[in-house]
Amino acid sequence: MKADPKGVLTGIHFIDGDHAACEGALAAGCRFIAGYPITPSTEVVERFAQRIPHIGGIFIQMEDEIASSIAIQGAMWAGKKVMTVTSGPGLSLMMEHIGLAAFTEVPCVFVDVQRGGPSTGLPTLPAQADMMQVKWGSHGDYEIIALSPNSPQESFDLMIKAFNLSETFRVPVFFMMDEVVGHMVERVAIPEASKIEITERRWSKKKPGEYKPYEAGPDMVPDLVKAGDGHRIHITGLTHDERGYPALNAAAQKKLVERLLNKIRLRKDELVDVRQDGVEGAEVVVVSFGITSRVAQAAVEEARRKGVKVGHLRLVICWPFPAALIAELSERVKAFVVPELNMGQMVLEVERAVLGRAAVVSIPHPGGTVHEPQVILDKILAASGKGAPAPQRAVR
Amino acid sequence: MNETMKAENPVLPYLRQDRLPHIWCPGCGIGSTVNCFARALTESKLDLDKVAIVSGIGCTGRVAGYMNLDSFHTTHGRAIPFATGLKLGNPSLKVVVYSGDGDLFAIGGNHFVHAARRNMDLTVICINNGTYGMTGGQVAPTTPLGATQTTMPYGNFEPSFNLPFLAEACGAVYVSRWTVFHVRQLIRSMREGLAKRGFSFIEILAPCPTLYSRRNKLGDGVDQVKYYKERSTIKDGADTREVGLTFQGDIVVGKFVDRERPTWLDAMTRHYTSVINDYQGVGHAED
Amino acid sequence: MSETPQAKGKGTVFVRIEVCKGCSYCIDFCPTKCLAFSKEFNAKGYHYPVLTKPEACVGCDMCGLYCPDFAIFGIRLKDLEKAQQK
Repeated sequence: MKADPKGVLTGIHFIDGDHAACEGALAAGCRFIAGYPITPSTEVVERFAQRIPHIGGIFIQMEDEIASSIAIQGAMWAGKKVMTVTSGPGLSLMMEHIGLAAFTEVPCVFVDVQRGGPSTGLPTLPAQADMMQVKWGSHGDYEIIALSPNSPQESFDLMIKAFNLSETFRVPVFFMMDEVVGHMVERVAIPEASKIEITERRWSKKKPGEYKPYEAGPDMVPDLVKAGDGHRIHITGLTHDERGYPALNAAAQKKLVERLLNKIRLRKDELVDVRQDGVEGAEVVVVSFGITSRVAQAAVEEARRKGVKVGHLRLVICWPFPAALIAELSERVKAFVVPELNMGQMVLEVERAVLGRAAVVSIPHPGGTVHEPQVILDKILAASGKGAPAPQRAVR
Repeated sequence: MNETMKAENPVLPYLRQDRLPHIWCPGCGIGSTVNCFARALTESKLDLDKVAIVSGIGCTGRVAGYMNLDSFHTTHGRAIPFATGLKLGNPSLKVVVYSGDGDLFAIGGNHFVHAARRNMDLTVICINNGTYGMTGGQVAPTTPLGATQTTMPYGNFEPSFNLPFLAEACGAVYVSRWTVFHVRQLIRSMREGLAKRGFSFIEILAPCPTLYSRRNKLGDGVDQVKYYKERSTIKDGADTREVGLTFQGDIVVGKFVDRERPTWLDAMTRHYTSVINDYQGVGHAED
Repeated sequence: MSETPQAKGKGTVFVRIEVCKGCSYCIDFCPTKCLAFSKEFNAKGYHYPVLTKPEACVGCDMCGLYCPDFAIFGIRLKDLEKAQQK
């Protein structure tokens, strides 16, 4: 279906990534946000609070991130498309409810405008150090989807994709921004509503009495109903059967957990979204995401001027990680260079995919600013054999 | 009378019968409150398809799962913020929070405080058994001074909450307290709470025979209900500052608060309608 | 399934013997004291309530309100007869 024109601010705008993310959510049909102020994400909810009364919907500033991350789930069961917005410390508080959303299959979007950590860290300065936390942070086994925009325009465009994926797969989707993308101001083109494709919720057509909340078809994703429609559903964070009733035994656990993992893992080919630049025929491939991709692009172009065959592979969807694609490339390239604003997180996934078939060079950074392009350039040159030899990774 | 006459327990249609028998211990008072809730639903004449029940975690947290309503068994302490989202997502729903004292006032205390302050339109029913039953009888913020619990093995030295006082101070528009003994009054109070627009709070003292009574040598569940019967005084409109509980001491029950304040949604709607020319409402089809 | 009731007064009770856990709420708080524990055990090993003074039962259903296990309820005979016509 097409976007509801009420939420689409068609036109050319000069806005920052946080504001663009808000517009993306509105265009995607988000009509309920529960949030709590935290730098550098707050502008997203500030804009939503200003815009939503003119569109129809609700913003509520909750008492903390724990409350925000479950209030949105209540609103989802009332039928709303929902989102919450935070940064590192708030994300840490939301962890239990991320598990609840994954386990009870609540379509929702969590925006994380990443800042330096751990703890209060660097509230106003960038990092990309929550990448593993969103994948593994809540207890137990579950799968999520995570996207990483590298510009205000993508903060708009990918937000619509984030909502659509959350509806298709009924999983929490993480929108992994960072302080720089959140606060950089650029041109953002918002198309007409009729040009924006929206994934409708998977509403069940079954009648009360026939419907089972966790009965899934071949795509492993159950259909939804909402509270108040006469289905008298029961939803629990306990391990549950197809009726949604608690089923506290190993067989039910196996059936449910395996389906929740497989609905993503067995369909991960549908979830590969990378931007490739000169990867074919490259001897060195830079793997990056988010703001770091923009710094890395400068280094890639400079290396090409120096005669290095270097490609750039940018992760738009970070989770699930495109391991098959990296594995296939590893048969043909000498080295992968992985700059990221953390001390080595997504590089671990690259290493797991490469399995020693090529060199993997990490360029860690503790955050607070972005990489110097020269640092990335030096690593590309070294990996290609044209510069000084690549040192062993000093920090793991 | 004909010897073959049959009748069904009137509470059963309100329950998910395929989930019975329930998990509660012999002499636990939670089931008694469920009877009262079912009767209150009948008397309220609400469309049950539009009533949702939300629980946290714990023995009382299991109530949602037994009620034949749209029902949500959420995380520990977070029933109120979940219910807040559910209510705001569809204001035509009547949303009831049914949970225990540890869930609502220890881990969930902050949410209670703020939902009452906002006057969120929720009916909050708290079964107060003074202990953490599900985890084996640890001290709760409602355990009376002097009572023994597994994590207060030499007797509780922490002061406990006076829940009606807390609820009133935070802004609840309806506050009452009853015990499992007071079933008729409880039905009336639940009916009033369901009908009240805004944040209504009903505290129900209930025995936990397995972990509270036994550890404190107070006999069985029925003995605790007899204590409620003997030591309770009904004082409607009592000053909530005066209704704190002590270990096996006197109990003041009754309807303490019944007042009017705009709900969060009413306040927002009124305010936005007056200051925003093109105010579009909360975006729900049934508005 | 409820047991066949006895009726000599204005009301009677129905007991689902097998779900009773013997808490004695119904017996202790019956306003007319017409219930007592059975001599027999149910399958779970509990004594359950029996209507020992059926002439005293008024069908007030206090037992039904108190019963934490939904095992007993009381009904006035005139309501019971009405229920059969439905």
